[in-house]
Amino acid sequence: MVQLFSRHRQQIVSCDTPGMSTLRDQALESFLKLGFPNTKMEAWRQTDLTECLARGYDYPVERMPEEDTQKVFRCNIPHLDTAIIGQLNGWYVSKDVPLMELGNGIIMGSLAEAKKKYPELVEQYYGTVADSTSEAFTALNTAFAQDGVFIYVPDNVQSPKPVQLINVIQHDENLFLQSRNLIVVGKNARLSLVHCDDSYNHQASFSNIVSEIVIGDNAFMDHYKLQNLNNSSTLITTTCFRLGAAASLESHYLSLNGGLLRNNIRLHFNGPHGIANIYGIYLMDGKQHIDNQVFIDHAHPHCTSNEMFKGILDEHARGVFNGHVLVRKDAIKTDARQSNRNILLTDTAKVNSKPFLEIYNDDVKCSHGSTTGQLDNEAMFYLRQRGIGEDSARMLLMFAFADEVVGKIAIPQLRQRIEDMIKKRLQGELQICEACVLHCSTPEQPVEFYIDLSKI
Amino acid sequence: MLLSIQNLHASINGKEILKGVNLEVNKGEVHAIMGPNGTGKSTLASVIAGREVFDVTAGEILFKGTNLQKLSVEERAREGIFLGFQYPVEIPGVSITNFMRTAVNEIRKYKGLDPLSGGEFIRFMEERKKLVEITSNLTNRSVNEGFSGGEKKKNEIFQMAMLEPALAILDETDSGLDIDALRIVANGVNKLRRPDNAFVVITHYQRLLDYIIPDFVHVLFQGRIVKSGGKDLALELEEKGYDWIKKEQEA
Ligand SMILES: Nc1ncnc2c1ncn2[C@@H]1O[C@H](COP(=O)(O)OP(=O)(O)O)[C@@H](O)[C@H]1O
Ligand SMILES: [Mg+2]
Repeated sequence: MVQLFSRHRQQIVSCDTPGMSTLRDQALESFLKLGFPNTKMEAWRQTDLTECLARGYDYPVERMPEEDTQKVFRCNIPHLDTAIIGQLNGWYVSKDVPLMELGNGIIMGSLAEAKKKYPELVEQYYGTVADSTSEAFTALNTAFAQDGVFIYVPDNVQSPKPVQLINVIQHDENLFLQSRNLIVVGKNARLSLVHCDDSYNHQASFSNIVSEIVIGDNAFMDHYKLQNLNNSSTLITTTCFRLGAAASLESHYLSLNGGLLRNNIRLHFNGPHGIANIYGIYLMDGKQHIDNQVFIDHAHPHCTSNEMFKGILDEHARGVFNGHVLVRKDAIKTDARQSNRNILLTDTAKVNSKPFLEIYNDDVKCSHGSTTGQLDNEAMFYLRQRGIGEDSARMLLMFAFADEVVGKIAIPQLRQRIEDMIKKRLQGELQICEACVLHCSTPEQPVEFYIDLSKI
Repeated sequence: MLLSIQNLHASINGKEILKGVNLEVNKGEVHAIMGPNGTGKSTLASVIAGREVFDVTAGEILFKGTNLQKLSVEERAREGIFLGFQYPVEIPGVSITNFMRTAVNEIRKYKGLDPLSGGEFIRFMEERKKLVEITSNLTNRSVNEGFSGGEKKKNEIFQMAMLEPALAILDETDSGLDIDALRIVANGVNKLRRPDNAFVVITHYQRLLDYIIPDFVHVLFQGRIVKSGGKDLALELEEKGYDWIKKEQEA
């Protein structure tokens, strides 16, 4: 890896400002000290990367040809109007326009291009939210990442439609890729971002994606992370949020498939009265592995955070949840809630759940809870006694369990589509995506069981 | 003969609860089963419904002439057995509408009928709500979640009205109800009575039987039906209490 870096240094740093090059060198040094995480480290005790790392990977340092991007980036959620930006194998797909500047001042496009075109703007935020000194994967990403997505919403601007970031892996060799996203939502601004991680074929891949998200004072961000990858893919995402005063965030982690998924979520309240709701649903089977690590830093008073992660695990799947809420000394009137609930469908599925509160002040309202169990037998009997077959009864209960999280999706068309995908997933019918993850195989055919009638 | 139970023995975790129950129910009849707490009334209801935690160790249950032994819980339900639960289960996230639509259509499918469309279903549901005098919009709420005791019991009657069973077993649907709720529950049963269906009403108190007039009253005691009679037996029990039965059994 390091040899790779020295060999291709020229190529890798080509878009950097001098400040960023320095950051790269420091990050590389940190990574050399840290190394890849192993299970002796507390934060990685339950997630073993040995097997994933042992597979050989191609590491693309050159932009790959954009083949037929029209075909790759199709998304047809009926009536969902989004601005789509795509990444293929970690590279921003430009369609000849690497960076769009919209009339209202919104900039979105390639991060590499943004570094060249708006060096001051990028430098003001880049590397300031993510921690490249103590987190190995962030350090590695900072050292190597060449491209990714940059979104800038200026102060007082409301992004008119949701932005959909589609991150597709499609390659004939195993791929190791690292992309880096920087998203800045200005003061009083508003952005809705749907971030999809998909793979199209069954080739192994290892993705290390770092996103830095800065949300200005009084701004609002609605954030969705949708993960539907093949079983030989490893995806490590690190998303670092910084929330200004009275800013609010709704974040949704929707993990439907993947070989090994690890979501590091780091949130820092950078001013008082911030609100963060972080929801997660994961449906894993086979030997799939999901690990959600949430760290919330209540550094300022009067902030509210709420984590709700729910999972259904089948066969030999593994789930890990670590929630860490730090309430600092001055963060009075903190309201922090953490909950992780799991349903295990087999004896061989396993969950390690550790919600954890670290509180240095008395004037707070905090709670945490974790439950892991089977489907409720009493409820199963009740449903079946009304003539509902065993499979449908299980499906109803699982869907109801998942829907507590999915129901929080604020974009109705997206919620509808995710509900359909979850039904398919629970019935064992959801494939990894043929095109964009939201273009799930047969969109015209609603999934047959009666769930949404309550809205009539 | 709708239901015929012969020498039924059932146990849970090796503990025998039902020790030779005999019971015959014909179409058009209402039977009341009474008896002190813990004698096996709910167990009998669960075993008829096919709950797997109970082992049937001897005897048999025939329903419309078919031995129920091999039928699953849902198959029994689709054949027309309905159990009004003593303790209805809360199911967060599943609305009553979805629940009932899934149930109605699965039963229709079993009978080879087309599913009801959304509109047809809603109309049918409204009609049934009216029939059992449910005015609140219970139906948009999650099944039993946060319901009061009375609401839960009324909801059982509503579900019974939706599914139109051949045999409805109501397990203490009257306990904990105020007089208005009791009247709604009893009216529901009376309106649904037909020459081709039957009811087994499990109750603790004679009170319900002022509203639902039974054809037969049985006393279940320590896992056996020890006494059967007409509606007067309920009055006699009310007067003399269960000690009377106990003494008689000991004698
Ligand atoms: N799930 C169970 N596990 C163990 N014992 C049970 C269970 N359900 C019922 N019983 C026992 O069976 C007996 C009869 O209970 P039940 O049928 O509920 O009586 P009733 O409805 O007449 O009050 C009681 O002794 C009760 O403790
Ligand atoms: Mg009982």
